[in-house]
Amino acid sequence: MSTAPAPAPEPASLEVSGLAYAYPDGHQALFGVDLTVARGQRVALLGPNGAGKTTLVLHLNGILTAGAGRVSVGGLPVSPPHVAEIRRRVGIVFQDPDDQLFMPTVAEDVAFGPANAGLRGAELDARVHEALRTVGMADAAHRPPHHLSFGQRRRVAVATVLAMRPEILVLDEPSSNLDPAARRELADILRGLDVTVLMVTHDLPYALELCPRAVILSDGVIAADGPTRTLLCDAELLRAHRLELPFGFDPHAVALPDA
Amino acid sequence: MGAGHAHALYRHGRSPVHRLPAHCKIVALSAFVLIVVATPREAVWAFGAYAGLLTAVAAAARVPPGFLLRRLLIEVPFVAFAVLLPFIAEGPRVEWLGLSLSESGLWSAWNILAKGTLGVAGSVLLAATTELRDLLLGLQRLRLPSLLVQIAAFMVRYLDVVAGELRRMRIAQLSRGHRPRGLRQWSTPARTAGALFIRSYERGERVHLAMLSRGYTGTMPVTRTRTAGRTQWAATAALPGVALAVCLMGWTL
Repeated sequence: MSTAPAPAPEPASLEVSGLAYAYPDGHQALFGVDLTVARGQRVALLGPNGAGKTTLVLHLNGILTAGAGRVSVGGLPVSPPHVAEIRRRVGIVFQDPDDQLFMPTVAEDVAFGPANAGLRGAELDARVHEALRTVGMADAAHRPPHHLSFGQRRRVAVATVLAMRPEILVLDEPSSNLDPAARRELADILRGLDVTVLMVTHDLPYALELCPRAVILSDGVIAADGPTRTLLCDAELLRAHRLELPFGFDPHAVALPDA
Repeated sequence: MGAGHAHALYRHGRSPVHRLPAHCKIVALSAFVLIVVATPREAVWAFGAYAGLLTAVAAAARVPPGFLLRRLLIEVPFVAFAVLLPFIAEGPRVEWLGLSLSESGLWSAWNILAKGTLGVAGSVLLAATTELRDLLLGLQRLRLPSLLVQIAAFMVRYLDVVAGELRRMRIAQLSRGHRPRGLRQWSTPARTAGALFIRSYERGERVHLAMLSRGYTGTMPVTRTRTAGRTQWAATAALPGVALAVCLMGWTL
């Protein structure tokens, strides 16, 4: 927690404190998670499979409700009376774009979120166009999602939540199944966004490329929090949490685009 | 399978029939089919008139006869039963080419064949001139329960995904030496179907989760509706209107 920047007068995009959760079958996934993400930060949430990453993500927009502890987004606590506004503020991009894109055309899918929030007519069209343009998919507006390439579908999935003008964008394994070009295109888009990002991944180079800060979630608690490069250079820490750098990757030697 | 065009039955075009609102066309087709079914089977000429009407619509929609006839083949398994009727029905019999055929069976077969073919031809024309998307919107506009429309829309969206999963499962089975023949292998397709069902069910849960995350509360937001003007309703009423006149003549003559 020591590396969090000086507290700003505006509320943090995401504030999680003491979050614990056990599934109905008794399996406890989270044991008191504390995490604060300031507005505009890009943070990587690293962790091995089964560490509770997805469980944590589903708490952020109130799909799962905390057993103990609290979550607030932009100062608004995640609780039943605020659930509609919370789901607008938290844009989750799921791992499989086929789960996310369920409408017959790309434009309708991007319109789904804002339309649920009550937007209609020209305002809705403008919002859809803006979101699709941001991810470079404006030309595909009237195509069915299943005719797009995987990388294009992932970008449209990002647009579907950008159209809701979220406070925080939560990406679940954004680089999975992408070829290197699609990976770079997505990175360019994410870097250009003016929005808080929480990126759940075990793709460590991608985390280093995009997120100045990283946290490691392991066994249901935040085990480490710091600058991404520092964490990735700590071989002992990575090994302790079943994280591994790809063969030949040296986090010291990488020139960061932001730096 | 996989990436095709809008849908296999649709034929892209800009004809007046293509431009009519989908819900008008659905109403017109339903009325037409009901009228055809209500026509007495003895009025053979009336069915010729109906066929003539559909031909006129096809010409207006610029759907080539070959396209229409090929798609009519889907009817074949359903009318196979009709062919059997003259042989198995009771009643007075007629001799034809040395075969003893039942008179009432012949009429029944003709009845099924003629009415079925006209219904299918009408549906093929509707599908050829209306995008699937518009068809769904049309049904929604006609106040079909929104749950049914949603189910249909999801089926359209996920058919390719499920078919792709099935294809990958089959390739994986073949790659491990499975030979799909013989009675003893019948358990494999059964298990495949079971696995496919579970996977689709789980995908359904994930899709629902993704929908909830974007503010879904149980109803699809209706973002735009297409209303039909009087002229468009009048244009679509032409087909069932003429058919109704034919039908009434069939009863009175």
